[in-house]
Amino acid sequence: MSAEPLLEVRDLKVSFRTEDGVIPAVDGVSLSLSEGETLGIVGESGSGKSVTMMSVMRLINDPNAHFEGEVVYKGRDLMKLTRDQIREIRGSGIAMIFQDPMTSLNPVYRIGWQIAEQIRAHEPISKQAAHARAIELLTAVGIPHAAQRVNDYPHQFSGGMRQRVMIAMAISCHPDILIADEPTTALDVTIQAQILSLIRKLRDDFGTAVVLITHDMGVVADLADRIAVMYAGRIVEQGDRRDVFYDAQHPYTWGLLGSIARLDRPKPRRLSTIPGLPPSLLRLPEGCAFGPRCAHRFDRCDERPALLAKVGEGHLDACHLDIERKKELRETTIHPELIEEAK
Amino acid sequence: MLTFIVRRLLWSVLVMFVITVVVFLLFFKTPGVDPARAIAGRNPSAQTIAEIRAQFGLNRPLPVQYGLMMKSLFISRDLVSYSNQGVKVVQEVFAATPATLSLVFGAAVLWVIFAIAVGIAAALTRGTIFDPLLMVVALIGVSAPVFWVGQIVNMVSQGGLHSTFLFSWVPPLGYTPFTQSPALWFRGLVLPWITLSILYIGFYGRVLRANLIETQSEDFIRTARAKGLTERRVLMRHNVRTSMITFVSLFGLDFGALVAGGALLTEVVFGIHGVGYLTYQALTNLDLPTIMATVVYGAFFIVLVNALVDIAYAWLDPRIRPT
Amino acid sequence: MATLLEQVEVDTELRPAIAGRNPWALAARRLWRNRIAMASLVLFLLIVVLCLAAPLYAHDVAHVNPFVPNLNGHTVVNGKVVPVMQQGGGALRLGETPIGPTWDLSHYFLGADSTGRDVAALLLYGGRSSLLIGVGSAVLCCIAATVVALIAGFFGGTTDALLSRLMDVIWAFPVYLLAISISTELLTHNNGFQFGPVHVSATSLWVPTLIIAFIYIPYVYRPVRGQVLSVVNKEFVEAAVSQGSSNLRLIFSEILPNVVSTVIVLLPLMIATTILTESALSFLSIGVQPPNVSWGTIIQDGTGLVYTRPWVTIAPGIMILLTVLSLNVLGDGVRDALDPRAKLRVEG
Repeated sequence: MSAEPLLEVRDLKVSFRTEDGVIPAVDGVSLSLSEGETLGIVGESGSGKSVTMMSVMRLINDPNAHFEGEVVYKGRDLMKLTRDQIREIRGSGIAMIFQDPMTSLNPVYRIGWQIAEQIRAHEPISKQAAHARAIELLTAVGIPHAAQRVNDYPHQFSGGMRQRVMIAMAISCHPDILIADEPTTALDVTIQAQILSLIRKLRDDFGTAVVLITHDMGVVADLADRIAVMYAGRIVEQGDRRDVFYDAQHPYTWGLLGSIARLDRPKPRRLSTIPGLPPSLLRLPEGCAFGPRCAHRFDRCDERPALLAKVGEGHLDACHLDIERKKELRETTIHPELIEEAK
Repeated sequence: MLTFIVRRLLWSVLVMFVITVVVFLLFFKTPGVDPARAIAGRNPSAQTIAEIRAQFGLNRPLPVQYGLMMKSLFISRDLVSYSNQGVKVVQEVFAATPATLSLVFGAAVLWVIFAIAVGIAAALTRGTIFDPLLMVVALIGVSAPVFWVGQIVNMVSQGGLHSTFLFSWVPPLGYTPFTQSPALWFRGLVLPWITLSILYIGFYGRVLRANLIETQSEDFIRTARAKGLTERRVLMRHNVRTSMITFVSLFGLDFGALVAGGALLTEVVFGIHGVGYLTYQALTNLDLPTIMATVVYGAFFIVLVNALVDIAYAWLDPRIRPT
Repeated sequence: MATLLEQVEVDTELRPAIAGRNPWALAARRLWRNRIAMASLVLFLLIVVLCLAAPLYAHDVAHVNPFVPNLNGHTVVNGKVVPVMQQGGGALRLGETPIGPTWDLSHYFLGADSTGRDVAALLLYGGRSSLLIGVGSAVLCCIAATVVALIAGFFGGTTDALLSRLMDVIWAFPVYLLAISISTELLTHNNGFQFGPVHVSATSLWVPTLIIAFIYIPYVYRPVRGQVLSVVNKEFVEAAVSQGSSNLRLIFSEILPNVVSTVIVLLPLMIATTILTESALSFLSIGVQPPNVSWGTIIQDGTGLVYTRPWVTIAPGIMILLTVLSLNVLGDGVRDALDPRAKLRVEG
């Protein structure tokens, strides 16, 4: 891996003007992605994770949207490129797949046509050559009878198959970065595993950097090299996979981890929950956005915490609690059954 | 696809049958009306009434009456208009069809081209002043009664300004068959074409714009952009193509209705003796046989066009096709 | 993999659950803020008020009875007394032209028609008929279509199939041809109709109202039925069913409220459509019958005067245009208020 990051998001801010006020969907997010690295972005709906990556690709066309910050890809700030320039990068440099494969594919065109369309938008090859490439791609993503199925319509595929088609289409031009926005949310659990392993295989085969957006910690547990946890448009924790899972520093991350049922621990009477509801971005509290729902909130939390590396280089968090206190609280938050046992 | 087509056509046959039954009931079985007298028109002689009774078997059982009506409409086609000096009605309908087809086809070409232009222009200029401006113009087109627009057009082109260069090329009101004089046929149809299409340009322009804007936020448009396609390609190949599905099906329905006699207002105002005009004349003379023929043949045409539209829809939207 | 994050429902418009905020109030507020829609509502109401004031205008301002031919009458123009019908003469009254617009509100403001009647007064009375028929038929149509759609959508199965096929057959007749056929048949009844104790005169405004209401039922039926079907399948209906609610209660308290918004959106557009249909039928002399007048009949009357007295044709057409235009704009506004597309697409 080269030292220079492939993609660097610097203090990105995205806000939307609505009739009820300004919504700060992304509030100062900084990320970096190296070649071949897999970054997982975890957060619930409304956390700003999708908006961040859609802004990277400049896919947000809303006239009410306002953007600040820089997105540097291979030395160029994507936010400053012309529409033609960004169009060249889309699909060939950075590709994106979306959550619902049924609605993400155009229902009236055959899938071979749609894949070929992407290839021919970036490479000067003939229709026949593009068609042949499409068949190869379909085979690579594990679609049986690719030569026949290339002429089928999207509605003739199952959900998992459609997502494979989307992946095939996305990697057709060998992008440097593949952004997968909740690729498995709309799919069954068993299919989920297949899709994730497909993504891993392609990543390993082609060396593509992957950004995996999800609300599910379990999805990134296996695949991600680094993880960023987002809440209310801000990153609250960021670090290596091991660090985030085993040495989580933010109460929100604890909540996410605590809600996963573990096979290697005694079965808890109840899974721990994060009380409360996600905040309305129109009415964020002063200070820490997670404050209202945090069981360990104290008076310092009225001041917005900065995202800083406190416990080790590369492991950042945005929480005022000191490290020792965190260690104590973490166990009880993630594993409340231990309190039960202790009683 | 073939089973779909066959099923759809069979269904149409059924609907046509039901329509003939409804027409039969309406014209022969309305309570309180003596059909023979009604068919015979104004001031019928006793002999005429008797003839009609015999021809339609009005003293015989219902199914026979129905059968005789159908026979005179379709098989022997000797249904005669008593109010109109014994003119053979079905032949009249056929003779009037070219005029209507000329009118509707020409208007349709105009309105499809302009509606697509207006719809795309409005969707593209969204956020600027042009979008609402175009939509207001479209709305005015939809809100003005077509017969009134025709009257105004006539007022202007046949009235005071007729001698000026603006309108001197406009022939007197009426229809000239193409075979008789193509130039006159054309000149006589230009203003009716424009009048008839104003309404539909407004309507279809708005429909297309609404569809385009709605489709704009669909996921597959987002995918198309993410693929790195040009905006033009996204618009035409993805957005317009999908929006045209509704457009085409609506178009088919309107086209069918117009040819079947729906264009009668324009025909009457411009003196074009088409199917609609025929229907209108039959009305004012209470010429029931003619009305029967125009309604039945008109409805048949519509049912046929509806079936074609459904088939076209299935062709345009692969999801509808049974696999 | 149901993590707790999924269990938390987030409104895509990023509003927290606003307890007790009535969706109707929200919609009304949105409509109120839509200035163009409000302006067109005002325009429509203005026209309605103006037309309802027809008797007032006729008696108190213009001092005419617009229904009585006034071939020998006189009126005042610029202080001079002039005959209503001008030029020509003789017993046959050939070559006579009625007076043109005087632009004087109390004296034949828009001129006279071919029988010497005051066009301006006729215009307002005509508006009354057109509006009554337009609004009346649209309302009746929507009610009837909703009832049929509720029955079809709720009971489903054969009931639905039968009703929908029936609607298809009615709709297979081109709207105008159907209206024409029915009108023609009914017009042969010179003595009116007897429905039990109710006698409807052949020239009553009810005749075109009911005909127009009837022919558009399939048009309203289709979208309403679609909405009924989508509501019927929702879980809260299942919940009510499991609570043992009676069918009638289900229809009225669970399904109907969710379908009403579809109908409300359709209503202004239907009124616009019915007004246009009525004017066309009246133009063809098979709509409103004398002695009643409507905007369509006035345009018909104006046909003979199109080149000499254009205002007899222009004025009613403008009234129709303005009325229908305002209804269309209002209809757009109502639709936007009740069914706002989330202006942002913000996900995650």
